[in-house]
Amino acid sequence: MGLELLVASAIGILTAAGMYLVLRLRTFPVIMGISLLTYAVNVFLFASGRLTVGAPPILTEATRYTDPLPQALVLTAIVISFGMTAVVVMIGLGAYLGGDDDRVNDPAAETSGEETS
Amino acid sequence: MMHWIIAPVILPALLAPFIVLAARYHFVIQRVFSIAGVLSLIAISAGLAWQASDGTVTLYQLSDWAAPFGIVLVGDRLSTLMILLTSVLALFVLLYAIGSNWDKRGWHFHALFQFQLMGIMGAFLTGDLFNLFVFFEVLLIASYGLMIHGGGNLRLRAGVQYVLFNLIGSTLFLFALGAIYAQTGTLNMADLAQRVALIDAGDTVGIRVAAVLLLMVFAIKAAVVPLHFWLPSSYAEAPAPVAALFAIMTKVGAYAIIRVYTLIFPPELAATDGLHSVWLMPAALLSLAIGMIGVLAAKKLDRLVAFSVIGSMGMVMVAIAMFTPAGIAAALYYIVHSTLAAAALFLIADLVRAGRPSLELIAMPSVSGAPLTSAMFFLAAIAMAGLPPLSGFIGKLLILDAGFEGNMAVWIWAVVLGSSLISVVGFSRAGSTLFWKAKSIPHGEDTSPEPAPAALSYVAVGGLLTLLVAHTVFAGPAYSYVEQTSAQLFAPEPYVSTVLDTPGKLSKPTKEEH
Repeated sequence: MGLELLVASAIGILTAAGMYLVLRLRTFPVIMGISLLTYAVNVFLFASGRLTVGAPPILTEATRYTDPLPQALVLTAIVISFGMTAVVVMIGLGAYLGGDDDRVNDPAAETSGEETS
Repeated sequence: MMHWIIAPVILPALLAPFIVLAARYHFVIQRVFSIAGVLSLIAISAGLAWQASDGTVTLYQLSDWAAPFGIVLVGDRLSTLMILLTSVLALFVLLYAIGSNWDKRGWHFHALFQFQLMGIMGAFLTGDLFNLFVFFEVLLIASYGLMIHGGGNLRLRAGVQYVLFNLIGSTLFLFALGAIYAQTGTLNMADLAQRVALIDAGDTVGIRVAAVLLLMVFAIKAAVVPLHFWLPSSYAEAPAPVAALFAIMTKVGAYAIIRVYTLIFPPELAATDGLHSVWLMPAALLSLAIGMIGVLAAKKLDRLVAFSVIGSMGMVMVAIAMFTPAGIAAALYYIVHSTLAAAALFLIADLVRAGRPSLELIAMPSVSGAPLTSAMFFLAAIAMAGLPPLSGFIGKLLILDAGFEGNMAVWIWAVVLGSSLISVVGFSRAGSTLFWKAKSIPHGEDTSPEPAPAALSYVAVGGLLTLLVAHTVFAGPAYSYVEQTSAQLFAPEPYVSTVLDTPGKLSKPTKEEH
């Protein structure tokens, strides 16, 4: 019971903090928020095979076993989210260095269309 | 076992590293290999489509592991239709990229292009939800590179938005997959189709959450309002050939919705009742309206085209949200039309840019090559706005006809017809400002005329427009094909039994558990 509470609240807190940061206006907090969200989803995926303590992840004669598939899914998800975060950091850095501004919204002239010269 | 069905994934996956490693400094070799790759993709996809055209469902078990445990690729009418559409579109986009020298404005265009094709093909062919996620990521990571190809600050900023939005979408996708796995213990689509139907009525919380999350993820991909905010900036700022290729990316979302919500969560499933009629249909009508109003309101040509993509995706989603055989058939016909028309419009916007300082919709002196460009814009705009005689009109008729039966008929007819009128006004305003008023503006004294775009660029756009005309002329055969496709989607038993009953490693003659 204690383990379930711990894992569930960890997922919840990570998701809430991630959502809050994703709604920020600057690139850095948004990327941090997305990292937190991916941590949350990784733990969530891990828990989707049910939480079992001290059981082998293979089918043996033993009646208790840990579902090995979520662990494979989590590995894939970790690698992908790691790569994606690296990409967004690079593109974000490029945009920041090029424009001297790390806001994630469109530049004002772009959206309002006042730039008619 | 036939290995051809995995070729659309393997071939670009092998070509891309070859182009990066062996032909890095040789643009001619890159171009030759890229074109050759896409031509063979067309041949392979046409072969697969021909094979699937009689209703055969082709199964490919990777490493011969049997279905619920191993990864499978499945080729039915819908998948093969989509990969054929992708490869044909890719050819013309590639021709344009070469003709306009877009591929030389940055590094690794052709390699990223091949990786992008690999992801799209895989997403259309896979029979497994987790693999769908992985192929989404493959096509996205290639699209991030393509999106910022050529650099520039505005493009990088739009790229940041695009990547962030899609990362959130991927995270949601993973949450949905986790919920599905926790509830059913499988991620194979055919297996899910059987197990979801068996879930107790009182125990559907997880699967309902997953169904809604999945719909949101696919709606982000398909740019359905209110999840469309990533599209206008990124498609307008992306290099033109890339934006044209992205015309198929929104359709990946539409494809995923069709596949998942006919196979796993069919309309008659009690647990997800109302998902498409209460949620998807109003959102689709709203995106149709907002897209076409955006066409009227846009101040730049590239934004106008981006909003017309949202509008035409809205049209597709209206047809999909009916979830009747006629509705899906109309949606499939319109998907082919809208992909070709949107791609042509993005390329034409780039042709217009060739002689003008910007794409603002204000009158500027006419430039060389303008008559041909304006004729092409005229044709593509007619197609996109859905005026007779081109395929947009036929597609719209099919959608109106399919929507006539249901209780949403008034809304569908009102929004489709009203938004068509708005888009006609929007396109004609843009066209007359860009091409007619240009005649009355004198050339500046010191400006030397820009050279006209290369002939190959016109060939590429002309090819897309020719396909649109062919899609109109052969509307009868095309519609009967998509009708059969839709019938196959609504009778999924052969699909399910092909996937689950084909023996492989680990399969037992009698099922002991589950």
